Amino acid sequence: MANRTIAPKIIDPVEFDLHLKPYEKKTLDNGIEVYAIDAGAEEVLQIEWVFFAGNWYEQQNMIAATTNFLLKNGTASKSAFQISEHFEYYGAYLNRGCYNETSTITLHCLNKHIEELLPVVQELITDATFPEDELKLYKQNNKQRLSVNLKKCDFVANRHIDEYLFGIDHPYGKYSSAEAYDAVESDQLKAFYDQFYRHGKCILFVAGKIPANLFTQLNKYFGSLPLNNKTLPEIAHPIVQSSNIGSPIRLSNDPDGVQGAVRMARPFPNRHHPDFLNVQVLNTLFGGFFGSRLMNNIREDKGYTYGIHSYLQNHIHSSAWMITTEAGKDVCDATVKEVYKEMKKLREKPVDDEELLLVKNFMMGSILGDLDGPFHIIGRWKNIILNNLDESYFYNSIGAIKSITPAEIQALANKYLQPKDFYELVVV
Amino acid sequence: MIQFDRFSLANGLRVLVHEDHSTPMAVVNVLYDVGAKDESESKTGFAHLFEHLMFGGSVNVPSYDDPLQLAGGENNAFTTNDLTNYYCQLPAQNIETAFWLESDRMLSLAFSKKSLEVQRKVVCEEFKEHYINKPYGDVWFKMRELAYKVHPYKWQTIGKELSHIENAKIEDVKNFFFKHYRPSNAILVVAGDVTTAQVKELTEKWFGDIPAGEKYERNLPQEPKQTEPRRLEVKANVPLDAFYKCWHVGSRLDSTYYAMDLITEILGGGGSSRLYQALVKEKKLFSNIDCYHFGSTDAGLLAIEGKLVKGVKLEDAEKAVEEELTKIKNEKVSESELEKVKNKTESAIAFEDMSVMNRASSIAMYELLGDAQLMNTELSKYQQVTVAEIQKLSNEIFDENNSNTLYYYAN
Repeated sequence: MANRTIAPKIIDPVEFDLHLKPYEKKTLDNGIEVYAIDAGAEEVLQIEWVFFAGNWYEQQNMIAATTNFLLKNGTASKSAFQISEHFEYYGAYLNRGCYNETSTITLHCLNKHIEELLPVVQELITDATFPEDELKLYKQNNKQRLSVNLKKCDFVANRHIDEYLFGIDHPYGKYSSAEAYDAVESDQLKAFYDQFYRHGKCILFVAGKIPANLFTQLNKYFGSLPLNNKTLPEIAHPIVQSSNIGSPIRLSNDPDGVQGAVRMARPFPNRHHPDFLNVQVLNTLFGGFFGSRLMNNIREDKGYTYGIHSYLQNHIHSSAWMITTEAGKDVCDATVKEVYKEMKKLREKPVDDEELLLVKNFMMGSILGDLDGPFHIIGRWKNIILNNLDESYFYNSIGAIKSITPAEIQALANKYLQPKDFYELVVV
Repeated sequence: MIQFDRFSLANGLRVLVHEDHSTPMAVVNVLYDVGAKDESESKTGFAHLFEHLMFGGSVNVPSYDDPLQLAGGENNAFTTNDLTNYYCQLPAQNIETAFWLESDRMLSLAFSKKSLEVQRKVVCEEFKEHYINKPYGDVWFKMRELAYKVHPYKWQTIGKELSHIENAKIEDVKNFFFKHYRPSNAILVVAGDVTTAQVKELTEKWFGDIPAGEKYERNLPQEPKQTEPRRLEVKANVPLDAFYKCWHVGSRLDSTYYAMDLITEILGGGGSSRLYQALVKEKKLFSNIDCYHFGSTDAGLLAIEGKLVKGVKLEDAEKAVEEELTKIKNEKVSESELEKVKNKTESAIAFEDMSVMNRASSIAMYELLGDAQLMNTELSKYQQVTVAEIQKLSNEIFDENNSNTLYYYAN
């Protein structure tokens, strides 16, 4: 009979030797780099075209996002409907996304249909037309969606906290508005498209069970396009932080609101900073997983919220350390107080070995699980490559988890978890 | 084709093993055959609240999460109207930890008052976050009550009202546990880098001595056929008028399920679907429109919902939706349109099956429906659907007497 009072023996995951499966790299005739992970049992593919066409490069708000969104809403030979129908007929998912530095086109499909799909992706990159009626509809529907989102305290809080951290004119701090949508003109989209897509800089990430002729196919459809010929413009965006750091900010958005969105954040350097990897461990302990200090105190002990999280923002140039939760209207201030208390505890008392081992084991197990499957592996590589890092970043992050000590964690808490360095916002 | 082995214990626990040695991880998925439909109408939201309490310590183990995290594992759970599912993933070397934790909480909970007190608050905040503090968050409370008069699907998993959760007592918790959380009411799926022999040994060791308990016999009132249209209007502090309409459809095991699923794809799945193209793109009446169904075990609902372009009247929007429904009722869809939605389904299944965690939970859910082997015949059932069936079923479903309509007005 099993003795239920004694935990079964485990192997501490912190002892694991983790490896990131290396990519295969090829270059198309025009210099486009293709990073590929060939793995998995299903006959499926994910291909991602990453363009340096994020809002970093726009001269007016919403141009990058609108251009990206309307890529599949009309080409010289196909209507928006025909484009959607083509991808959907082959059971493929064609998504696009606009981020700060980059924007993407992502194709998920069954291998057997790839040859029907690549020519149409090519068309989106060479022949998108940005029809006036599509733009008009896009503006109308996005303004409507925005009006709904502006009723939500979490949406409003996210906008403000980014603005405090980076400034309203910075790509990381700016946000949409009805006026910004109204101001978008199709000529601006066409010009942006011509510079940053048609003649832009592109990198390809491919994952799945890769067919033998895929590279030949990619070269056929994308290797002779006029991409990667021009150097990207060097654009500097100075960060303008708001002066209300270290003092409480309370905003009222919905008089009937029953919860408040709490956001606490401080500026933080990017992944190249020597503290970044060690702070990831401190962050996990603080608020980065279900067993974190914040979750244990504010959800599991006080019941103030359904969930509370902290994380480092995923930005290339400059990051921020963010704490977010939605808490009952009456307990928002108490929640903020508890967050500061948890910071203080981390500054004043070294974490005990048992708790630190749990965090380390959890992080290692989580990375091991996340290395499972081609899409996850290419995701890690994409992050490394777009941040101008190399595989040592992965192995250094494992090293940081394995070797960090309670004293180092306490020192980092003293350096970074100081209330005076945090914006403190509650939106009800 | 998803392979698995199957055995059961003397206490009635059903066990399925799916070996996949390409992953270093193991998944342990425990599904309990209890959902919000098993609640009494005066104590709704309880199955879901109970899910939270399952993490509040068991009879021999004070914390579920700590030992799992120490072993490098992660876990979560969800509750629906039909079932409650718990899953964890951890490095395969440490799989016994998951057996220890899952079996102890099946043996008995600690029934801690503090845990109940805290989780009542946590669930109330979850209720507020998702259903009160969100524009249109209350729609499905109203729609379910309109569409179901008898069947317990008339309330949502989160519960009818906050007070039901606030009033939960420790006695309710104990009764619920011993009624529903018995081995005979559970399905255990173990997947990943494991062998069936190893799983057999571990299951006997950790789950073998849990008393079988009394088998729960479900006896739910089935919803009578709706015979006249039902309509409701509400006004709320939202920026846009919205349209909601739903119709009764068959159960998950009904032979019409596959055609019904494809109908929702034809009408509302993606940029080339009929409702989006006609009503958002061409007529510009809606700023978004969706068509979906609930996939529930018992007879379910198919819904169409959308937000109206400012200035458009709800009556006109509804008329335009009806025109599209008339079209699918009167004219056969083309073979290529049907082929499109079948291809989409084929690829959706392939992508879903990539993760061992998804495969484990699918095995459990199909086993709950009667036989895990069903998951391997799904695709061929979709492929057999004909254009004639789509038309016939559309006529059965989109009957005004079978419909429930909600006009949601902006203040």
